[in-house]
Amino acid sequence: MNSAKRFDMFRMLFSVLIALLISFVIIFFVSEEPVTAITTLITGPFKSKRNMGNVIESMVPLIFTGTGVCIMFSANQINLATEGGFHLGGLVAAAVALKLGLPAGLSPAAAICLAALAGAAFCTIPAIMKIKTGSPELVSSLMINYLSLWLCTFILMYTLQDPSVGSASYKLPAESELPVIVKGTNIHVGLLLALLVAVLGYVFLYKTRTGYELRLTGENESFARYSGINIVKVVLISQMVGGIIAGMGGGVELLSPIYSRFSWTALLGYGWDAIIICTLAKKNPLYTPLAALFLAYLRTGASIMARYTDVTLEIVQITQGIIILLVVAEQFLSGMKHRMIAKEAKASLKEGEVA
Amino acid sequence: METCGQSGPERVEVACLENKTVLQMNHIMKIYSNGVVANEDVSIELKKGEIHALLGENGAGKSTLMKVLFGIESPDEGQILLDGKETQIRSPQDAISKGIGMVHQHFMLVPSLTVAENIILGVEPRKGLYFIDMEKAVQEAEEIAKKYNFDIDVRAKVEEIPVGIKQKVEILKALYRGADILILDEPTAVLTPQETDELFIQLEKLRDSGHTIIFISHKLDEIKRICDRATIMRSGRSMGTYEVKDISTEEMSRLMVGREVILTFDKKPATPAAVVMKVRNLSVRNGQGVLKVDDLSFDLRGGEILGIAGVEGNGQSELIDSLTGLNKSYRGNIYIKETDIEKSSIKEIRELKLAHIPEDRMTSGCAGNLNILENLFSNQYTDAAYSGKMLLKMKKIQERSGELIQEYLIKCKSYKQNVGMLSGGNIQKVIVAREFSTGPDIIIANQPTRGVDVGAAEFIRRRLLEFRDAGCAVLLVSADLNEVFSLSDRLAVMYKGKFSGMFTNVEAVTEEELGQYMLGLKHQEKQEGMIYE
Repeated sequence: MNSAKRFDMFRMLFSVLIALLISFVIIFFVSEEPVTAITTLITGPFKSKRNMGNVIESMVPLIFTGTGVCIMFSANQINLATEGGFHLGGLVAAAVALKLGLPAGLSPAAAICLAALAGAAFCTIPAIMKIKTGSPELVSSLMINYLSLWLCTFILMYTLQDPSVGSASYKLPAESELPVIVKGTNIHVGLLLALLVAVLGYVFLYKTRTGYELRLTGENESFARYSGINIVKVVLISQMVGGIIAGMGGGVELLSPIYSRFSWTALLGYGWDAIIICTLAKKNPLYTPLAALFLAYLRTGASIMARYTDVTLEIVQITQGIIILLVVAEQFLSGMKHRMIAKEAKASLKEGEVA
Repeated sequence: METCGQSGPERVEVACLENKTVLQMNHIMKIYSNGVVANEDVSIELKKGEIHALLGENGAGKSTLMKVLFGIESPDEGQILLDGKETQIRSPQDAISKGIGMVHQHFMLVPSLTVAENIILGVEPRKGLYFIDMEKAVQEAEEIAKKYNFDIDVRAKVEEIPVGIKQKVEILKALYRGADILILDEPTAVLTPQETDELFIQLEKLRDSGHTIIFISHKLDEIKRICDRATIMRSGRSMGTYEVKDISTEEMSRLMVGREVILTFDKKPATPAAVVMKVRNLSVRNGQGVLKVDDLSFDLRGGEILGIAGVEGNGQSELIDSLTGLNKSYRGNIYIKETDIEKSSIKEIRELKLAHIPEDRMTSGCAGNLNILENLFSNQYTDAAYSGKMLLKMKKIQERSGELIQEYLIKCKSYKQNVGMLSGGNIQKVIVAREFSTGPDIIIANQPTRGVDVGAAEFIRRRLLEFRDAGCAVLLVSADLNEVFSLSDRLAVMYKGKFSGMFTNVEAVTEEELGQYMLGLKHQEKQEGMIYE
């Protein structure tokens, strides 16, 4: 068991390595100055305090959506509405900040809470459709993301839009902004919230009754049913909790120092990134900060590289794609795994003979 | 190492020299990817024109060895010699081309096609480039059936023929593809005693025409009846090859199990108490609308074991699914302790102190990717002892897991080990430990010892008896006649959704008689002892 876990870890790192190598090879082909590009990609994030701050700051939305997806995927509910939930959360937070005029402290708290509720309501739609009509949540959740996008855009245009700037809301009041916690960077209170959510997500999945029900159902639904677990409840709760976290993430992101207005007129992709985070974290929320750190580092490096060299940002998407393919490909290195397990089994047989 | 295939003390050297060796498997080792060593060191040698028994308890590694021979699994160590030449068998196709055929325990036939179509499937005679020459197919199928004296209507649809004939079709399929070596994996498991007799006559004919047959079984009397030699396996090792006529069944069972097997239990007479489960006019249709349980009524009392025998697929699964709440679309009434469970959820049914050992442990009995601890509490995690309103009491659960692992002799490294990494017998023990640890009043045990090693099987059977003695009601469905005979206080035979027979004096029933009820040849018009009113 332990060796199997070690092997999984090794396989993950090996996948990452291969993905990076392939990306480097591509850089060599497309770039005039490949060595500079690769060096910038790797060392760029460490070059300044601001860059390092960017890495840490961009972890925040990834941890939120990643944790949400971990919870839904652990129950084997392949709900992809995190994307739309996050988007809606951002809009709701902006609306609360702009319209309610609450004092500092209370304003972001209320905004984030309502964003979480909106996310929950949104991500529960595919769950209810699944329960009532049997439609697979994968398809319905994927499609309703556009509903979220266009609904938010509609609301932005008709209620929040600042006519002087075009497709963006009025400037958010200072009371609503999440305070920075490390001077000279953009690292804000949201990071602490995100880490807290990751830990709570872990506790929820691994230490609570409901979490146990979720994981049991996720691993083997007919076993869960046979054990007396209410599957309908699991389908509903897992997607609702995932939605809460996604909506919260959207709210936190919008209230962070990076945004001064709600200006999201396209989906930001954090919902998709969440699937990468979830895969790297092996569905355990506790590992989402690590996975988010890796992805944030890679992206910050890539964006610095894109600014200073002739290689574009999209190279990272190739890297991500390869990692995912290798990590989810069960047969990848399976021969090696078999040899390792066979070797161990043989060794323990020998031991038995001696004893 | 002292007991590999070549050195059985009672092997008769002279007889072996006369016949030609067609196949040798030497020191085969096979380790599965979950770390289970299925074959540790197995050697077997086959002669032309013999029926060679591969004998061993469930889990001894017989099927794995045959999968290696048939190219389904590749061995980690060892060599295979075919006609004296070392060879590698890479796939079932490869095995077939080398003259090896296999009849699986679960038939690989297309029910909606005819016998002839099934026989030629994959190697069809062609008309032109694309079209199957159906006339020729029928003709060839008839020819091969005639050649081997199989009395089969090759135009009949497979779904319409009985199990015994289906097996013959499987054998013909292998013969049509040119098999000289025929592997039969527990061929009699699904057959009634009468069908078994017929199969044996056929096998003897095949042997006499020069075919080599590997007969996998753990039924000693059958091996005595039909096999020439036997290779005995125990926990992944071969314990030697013997001339069947020179070895007693006692000796065989000793080699197979490693100690004397107790086939009968010292059973105290049952002291049945009040009726705890009442089934009235139960009818169940399956997903395809076929009537699988047909107007069944019976009572189950505390302190007794009601055995249900029968060939698989006669409605046993559908009956159990309805009794345990997994299937809600039935007609009739099921009462557990006066509660009509029609509207009860599975959880509510379980709260009536019903435990359920499911038929297929991997599909609904456990979650292979979760650890032992997580698998032990799926039916009782809401218990106040193990969780508060929200949080699980992990410490309590861990303690209790340790206790259960010890009490049920689950062989594992710790409760953190994933259940999927355990052997079949140990997985079954995890399930049994979970179900029994709630202190049930009713136990529904569906094939509780299928595919389980003999030690674990005995352990489980003893537990069932202990529960019976403590006043628990047990409904036992089993395809293992030995098991239903030795455990049941009352015995019902299920045939086409009805009880074809009900016996209150189990000891007075013979296996042959039971077989006739299983086949539907006999049917009790009036059944006594089913209902207590």
